[in-house]
Amino acid sequence: MYKNFLRYLISAIFLITFSISAKADFKVGFVYIGPTGDHGWTYQHDEGRKAVEAAGIKTTYVESVKYGADAERVIRQLAQSGHDLIFTTSFGYMDATNKVAKDFPNVKFEHATGYKREHSNVSTYSARFYQGRTILGHIAGKLTKTNTIGYIASFPIPEVIRGINAMTLAAQKVNPNIKTKIVWVFSWYDPGKEAEAAQALIDQGADIIMQHTDSTAPVQTAEKAGIWSFGQASDMQRFAPKSILTSIIDDWAPYYVERAIAARDGTWSQQDTWHGLKEGMVAMSPYNKGMGADLVKEAKQLQKDLASGKIHSFTGPIYDQKGNILVAEGKVADDGMLLGMNVYVKGVEGDIPK
Amino acid sequence: MEDLLIRIEKRNDVPTTLYFFTPFIAIILTIIGGGIIFYALGFNPAEALKFYFITPISNLYGFSELLLKATPLCLIAIGLSFCFKSNNWNIGAEGQLTFGAIVGGGVALLFYNQEGFYILPLIIIAGAIGGMIFALIPAILKTYFNTNEILVSLMLVYVSKLILDYLVVGPWSNPEGFNFPETRQFSDSSRMPLLFDGLRVHAGIFIALAAVLVSWFVLYKTYLGFQIKVSGLSLKTAKYAGFKGKAMILIVFMISGACAGLAGVGEITGPIGQLHRMISPDYGFTAIIVAFLGRLNPFGIIFASLVVSLTYLGAETAQIFLQIPQYTGQVFQGMILFFLLASDYLLFFKIKILNLKKNELGH
Repeated sequence: MYKNFLRYLISAIFLITFSISAKADFKVGFVYIGPTGDHGWTYQHDEGRKAVEAAGIKTTYVESVKYGADAERVIRQLAQSGHDLIFTTSFGYMDATNKVAKDFPNVKFEHATGYKREHSNVSTYSARFYQGRTILGHIAGKLTKTNTIGYIASFPIPEVIRGINAMTLAAQKVNPNIKTKIVWVFSWYDPGKEAEAAQALIDQGADIIMQHTDSTAPVQTAEKAGIWSFGQASDMQRFAPKSILTSIIDDWAPYYVERAIAARDGTWSQQDTWHGLKEGMVAMSPYNKGMGADLVKEAKQLQKDLASGKIHSFTGPIYDQKGNILVAEGKVADDGMLLGMNVYVKGVEGDIPK
Repeated sequence: MEDLLIRIEKRNDVPTTLYFFTPFIAIILTIIGGGIIFYALGFNPAEALKFYFITPISNLYGFSELLLKATPLCLIAIGLSFCFKSNNWNIGAEGQLTFGAIVGGGVALLFYNQEGFYILPLIIIAGAIGGMIFALIPAILKTYFNTNEILVSLMLVYVSKLILDYLVVGPWSNPEGFNFPETRQFSDSSRMPLLFDGLRVHAGIFIALAAVLVSWFVLYKTYLGFQIKVSGLSLKTAKYAGFKGKAMILIVFMISGACAGLAGVGEITGPIGQLHRMISPDYGFTAIIVAFLGRLNPFGIIFASLVVSLTYLGAETAQIFLQIPQYTGQVFQGMILFFLLASDYLLFFKIKILNLKKNELGH
């Protein structure tokens, strides 16, 4: 009796909310790992969201969603509350995204930087940030006086190692004595730790700082120390106007608008996207004139050649730390090798944390 | 000329009913305070509060999520109530949760791809022991070396998180996981059974409920419970009564650590299914609020854990539907604690305002 009553009550509540939340408009949801005010990774994704909104499509976002148990609930809630397309913008949402996608076959999912597409309504996308790293490496190799480049890294995943290697290779090309020193902070966003890491690198003689983390703390530390730095993910110039040489910008806006319109018009299909300088998903912020007019010109030319494909960031011969050949002379690394990259090239100091 | 003198006096006769009623006052004041904040932010307070407190649990899935979130909070708070009742300030439940999850997760990885009904119970026991061991550190340091348990237990939280970091980045990381900082997904034999298809609430909730019943029995029906309560009321009395203080301190910390460890195991074998760096959104700290909101009473804690979980879920819903920043969840939790402490203060003390002539003050 009581059990039955409870069952009716629950189903009544369920039905009522279901009818209330019956969807009307086409809506796009975004799940962010950090706060929209991080001025790095999440900030840029939110800029992309604003572009979708500007294109006349309704959007919603949830910020600072932790990996683990919370992520799945947030993604599911977005799917349940009438969102038709959901962007999950951090690697850690990979399993949760696929799990929810299974239960909502009519909702489209786009997962950033992952590799699992277990259902036909899940796409993945990422950007060839390493192309930007090649430009940073060229500039850094030319400007360093101590021949030491400091690199603040997040996690030892292929994406981050690829960036370290691309930068080191480009720097070596213009300055064979270059050494890359790395501090792992094991976080994407931790201003305190990132600042400490920057200071530690400066103390070890680095006169150029770059980062694969999302806060502006490293460039601000560099500015204080009076040395050069590079911004990450968004144009961080205003946080360190003297220090920043250029920033690698992640420009998600065109992709987000394109995919949102495709989903709305019913032309969306599963794909795996890896765009770079050519498509504009990776862009460079204005170069600091402090590096000299010649170097600005070289950087711009390099940017053009990387975009056109005339130059590839990983052109042989490439050696690992022990001197074994990774890519033969005259060859370039294929995408498979880039995606699974887990060794340092020669010139990088230390070991990959294992 | 007159001067005002404010004097604060202890009340001698605080009715028990009022004592258990103040948490409700705190919750009502929090809702009112929340409404004012929403209004100040430019939202319709009624609508915002509806999205905050009603929408999240207006369907079966939401209700299951509420129970899912309340499970670890309830378990940890039950454990903490033993410590807090006896004047032992264990602030490091988060670390005990993490270490319990590490030990339990280690067992789960050990049995990777193996079948067996005994695997899950082993993991659960391992998790409880892990939490217990980690809680014994501040307890032993307190009893034998007179250290401050607040500092030690709090600092150990960071130690446990660093150990977890090391393991998931290094030796325990998924060999097929491209170096991402996480372990393999546990096999099905290592996962908590789900109670309903399609909902995430899992068998761990029975562990929490069992903890409630056992703790009620221990606290109110046993000699140990009596010792704990007396020590909480007056350490001197406990000493005169001849209670063995050291053993009791060790026991309450062990109970507390075991509960936190169980909560950690419930998370990794339940909704998460693996070890990674963010297994808990600070449940160990939030459970402190839960314990006090529940008046350190086992059944009060059930109620408090549901209320506090709702502030988590409400923060998400409010952000999805109204784009209210998710951090309001923490503001709500802070307000609950603040109003609770404030009403407690007014409950136990009365404020007298005396009108005194200046010369009567003696100068």
